[in-house]
Amino acid sequence: MIRAVMVMNTQGKPRLAKFYDFQPPEKQQELIRSVYGGFLCSRAENVSNFVQADAIFGPDTLMVYKHYATLYFVFVFDSSENELAMLDLIQVFVETLDKCFKNVCELDIVFNFSKMHTILDEIIFGGQVLETISAEVMKAVDEITKLEKASNAVTLVPKSVSGWQSR
Amino acid sequence: MNPFSSGTRLRDMIRAIRACKTAAEERAVVRKECAAIRAAVSENDQDYRHRNLAKLMFIHMLGYPTHFGQMECLKLIASSGFPEKRIGYLGLMLLLDERQEVLMLVTNSLKQDLNHSNQYIVGLALCALGNICSAEMARDLAPEVERLLQFRDPNIRKKAALCSIRIIKKVPDLAENFISPAAALLKEKHHGVLITGVQLCTDLCKISTEALEYFRKRCTESLVKVLRDAVNSPYAPEYDIAGITDPFLHIRLLKLLRVLGQGDADASDCMNDILAQVATKTESNKNAGNAILYECVETIMSIEENSGLRVLAINILGRFLSNRDNNIRYVALNMLMKAVLVDAQAVQRHRATILECVKMIVLMSWKSLHGIGRARCSKNTSYNFIHTSPQQKHHSLLKVHFFNGKRPNNSEKHYKSHLEKYKDSDASIKKRALELVFLLVNDSNVKPLTKELIDYLEVSDQEFKGDLTAKICSIVEKFSPEKVWYIDQMLKVLTEAGNFVKDEVWHGLIVVISNASDLHGYTVRSLYRAFQISSEQEILVRVVVWCIGEYGEMLVNGIGMLDKEDPITVTESDAVDVVEIAIKRHTSDITTRAMCLVALLKLSSRFPSCSARIKEIINQHKGNLVLELQQRSIEFNSIIEKHQNIRSSLVERMPVLDEATYSGRRAGSLPTTVSTSKGASLNLPNGVAKPAAAPLVDLLDLSSDDTPAPSSSGGDFLQDLLGVDLALPSLSGTSQAPSSGADMLLDLLSIGTPPVQNNVSTADILSSGTDTKKPVVPLERLSSLSSPLPTQVSSAGASPVMDLLDGLTPNLSTPGDNGPVYPSTVAFQSSSLKIMFNFSKQPGNPQTTSIQATFTNMSSNAYTDFIFQAAVPKFVQLHLDPASSNTLPASGSGSVTQSLHVTNSQHGQKPLAMRIRIAYKVNGQDVLEQGQVNNFPAGL
Repeated sequence: MIRAVMVMNTQGKPRLAKFYDFQPPEKQQELIRSVYGGFLCSRAENVSNFVQADAIFGPDTLMVYKHYATLYFVFVFDSSENELAMLDLIQVFVETLDKCFKNVCELDIVFNFSKMHTILDEIIFGGQVLETISAEVMKAVDEITKLEKASNAVTLVPKSVSGWQSR
Repeated sequence: MNPFSSGTRLRDMIRAIRACKTAAEERAVVRKECAAIRAAVSENDQDYRHRNLAKLMFIHMLGYPTHFGQMECLKLIASSGFPEKRIGYLGLMLLLDERQEVLMLVTNSLKQDLNHSNQYIVGLALCALGNICSAEMARDLAPEVERLLQFRDPNIRKKAALCSIRIIKKVPDLAENFISPAAALLKEKHHGVLITGVQLCTDLCKISTEALEYFRKRCTESLVKVLRDAVNSPYAPEYDIAGITDPFLHIRLLKLLRVLGQGDADASDCMNDILAQVATKTESNKNAGNAILYECVETIMSIEENSGLRVLAINILGRFLSNRDNNIRYVALNMLMKAVLVDAQAVQRHRATILECVKMIVLMSWKSLHGIGRARCSKNTSYNFIHTSPQQKHHSLLKVHFFNGKRPNNSEKHYKSHLEKYKDSDASIKKRALELVFLLVNDSNVKPLTKELIDYLEVSDQEFKGDLTAKICSIVEKFSPEKVWYIDQMLKVLTEAGNFVKDEVWHGLIVVISNASDLHGYTVRSLYRAFQISSEQEILVRVVVWCIGEYGEMLVNGIGMLDKEDPITVTESDAVDVVEIAIKRHTSDITTRAMCLVALLKLSSRFPSCSARIKEIINQHKGNLVLELQQRSIEFNSIIEKHQNIRSSLVERMPVLDEATYSGRRAGSLPTTVSTSKGASLNLPNGVAKPAAAPLVDLLDLSSDDTPAPSSSGGDFLQDLLGVDLALPSLSGTSQAPSSGADMLLDLLSIGTPPVQNNVSTADILSSGTDTKKPVVPLERLSSLSSPLPTQVSSAGASPVMDLLDGLTPNLSTPGDNGPVYPSTVAFQSSSLKIMFNFSKQPGNPQTTSIQATFTNMSSNAYTDFIFQAAVPKFVQLHLDPASSNTLPASGSGSVTQSLHVTNSQHGQKPLAMRIRIAYKVNGQDVLEQGQVNNFPAGL
């Protein structure tokens, strides 16, 4: 099971945090801080992408991260998941973001975090892998976006999403 | 409309927060926003509800409290519009958790939405349920989810499958309802649904044995077929992930097969072929392919054994180890360590391959330093795109990825910095590799392996040296085939990384050196050489100094030269040089300096030519600020100056250190052995129970072999057990008179008179017990234990023993029946004193001998204050009981007897020997006589 997905920038600012087993807000912040301060910020570049995360997330947890430009993508999972596959799953996630936002960068993620969640929810569902083909994810996300636009409600948020998407 | 909430849009709020320069500014912005949102909440503002919640989610991510928005989520979920519902469910997942009571209110909305005509709303509801479902919700909504498993749209089916996992985890009782719908999902053609279906089956199997049996019987074959189709299907770009077709499906299928095959030979048999196919056909040049191979290996190692497959699996791991990607190596090492536990033999068979690869990993840094290693790093390091800034939108995150593995053409500089980085490759990988080496080492490969590791020690990083040194030392200690090799290896380690060696390791080394008397010369010369090369390793210096102090003359005289040694000329003054350098090093700590002072003292008597110089060096420390050093130097100085006559005996070589004691203490094994036998021997009072006797004898063996000091735990335990003060040789040796308690005991046991008379009662007791032979054995054993007791019991311990011995002591009278008979000997005879030794041994305990010493006064004057003392070699233990009297009448008109108990731990190898000293007063004059007893009968 995947325990958590975190996206943070190279300064340790959280950009997306999703915990699949509930953590109170203070605990979430603490976890994010210790992931960044404990590992990422001082991690050498030529080492493996896996970190034993027992100290932070409890027994039998492993953390895998990938570093893209100014962002770290971090997945925390237990031994029932395949480590190497998790690495690929991060890649699937980032590829999908890239397709949704047309060359994604940190700013897209900051301003469209609710869309980020929608994308993530189409890939990981309650800690389990839902879909791994980014085209399928895209299809589902596009449908949801379309539905939002079609709605007559005062939709400032979706506007902002679409506005940034087409930028 | 509320004037406060009209304000900012989400985007503006994010901008405002981003513009903040300090945390205080950020807090202020957030506080203002939160105030506005609270106001809107209390006004029940509907228009901006979902915008406010979106803001709250952002604020929540930054770590501020947002509990006041929880009810807003529920309201949004209950509204009809899609955007409202979407934000509502998102908020539900982020801001609430299953433990909050608010959640009870949402069940009804969820139920409605799960039945909604819009499938996207159904999707939202499923997603929320999958994240926050509680046990009650699971019970309430399980039928809905079960129904959705057959929904026409695959997106809903796959979400329903994963949602089912959450439900059965919350309420395992519901698992049986999901078994057959889950089995139906395995026939799906849609890859996404298939993946989630397989996952659901895996989780069902983990939760319910019923499900496991069901799937094992009905689905193993079809799953094998699905996997075969997946493996054999042509490349399908639509399912491509990083160049491999649908790796996740492969992985999920392999996982489920693993669960089915574990502990079931038939199922395992069924999947052997396809596993072999996956293991051989999967491309291994891509991460996704390796992920499949990795999963396949894990399945092969977990299902019922098939040796051919295991060979294949270990080979794959071997290949992983030689992969350039750190991630692959990392998982391979983890898996190998697991595999060693599962099937050590399979791993051992491939030891050579694995060791090669592991060595390569461990040695990687060294090779890259020397330019032999690989220049290019295959990992997805990001150095070629670190220039990307958030503002440079055109720099895609992804572009970065496509550079992977290709060296950017721009820079020799990058290339070099890369090499630099490579030299300290991943510490966790190196550590794991080392642990694996440690698991694989055995008697046959220890020599070459140790050599490699020690070579590596020379070049490894500082922070890795500690681990490495500890591991090398423990390998060398554990597998050392001969002492000279052990000493050689330890010297190398000390030379390379002496500062990382732990205290117990070098203490152990000194014990070994001390015991290897034929290697003393060789060792001290090797150490001398090592010191010339590397005098900055603290621990090496200590060992050098200690050995020169003990065996300095062997260094100078070249005693005990081995064939492999080069001759070396060292003068006495050279040897003193070493100690002087060591004591004057700035880096030497107190321990080292103190050891130097002792070594100097020892050398002062062995090297007369350097005596003056040594005295000078010692004198320099008279004013040392460290009390310990000051005291030593002043005391040693006075020994050298004022006590010439006793100096040589004071500074004699250390007696050989006891290896058994040392290793026993280190392993801490002694107390555990004792405690294991304790339970059994507590049966002792029921003496007839046969099993009780044997452990007790063990116990005695144990305590006599391994615990030379009476204070050691074995001895204590024995004393506790018997309630007797067995082991106080110094006390009993000097005690002036038999204690009254012993007398009382003798009376009670009625053996005050010669015990032979009691033969009758022995027979009585034995015959009155039982006629069968069985109880006799323990009785004899017990008597063998108890025979020494009556005479040695001190007053304090007398009473508890009586019960124990009651009825057993008569056996004492017939020692000859039980053990071999030894002739009495005259142990010592002078003009004035004669000592006779009578020996007896107890059967079953050949190491221990009881000696009855009889002292006879040959002179015409009575001796008073008579004290007999004895000393034995290290391998023998001695207990002295009080003498029958401290007055020896004149002219042989009476005698004093005293019992001695010796335990020869090297029985059969070394004969007994004893030095004795007798002190007494004749007419008030002290007399001291000494002698050595060498004429013990053979076999003691």
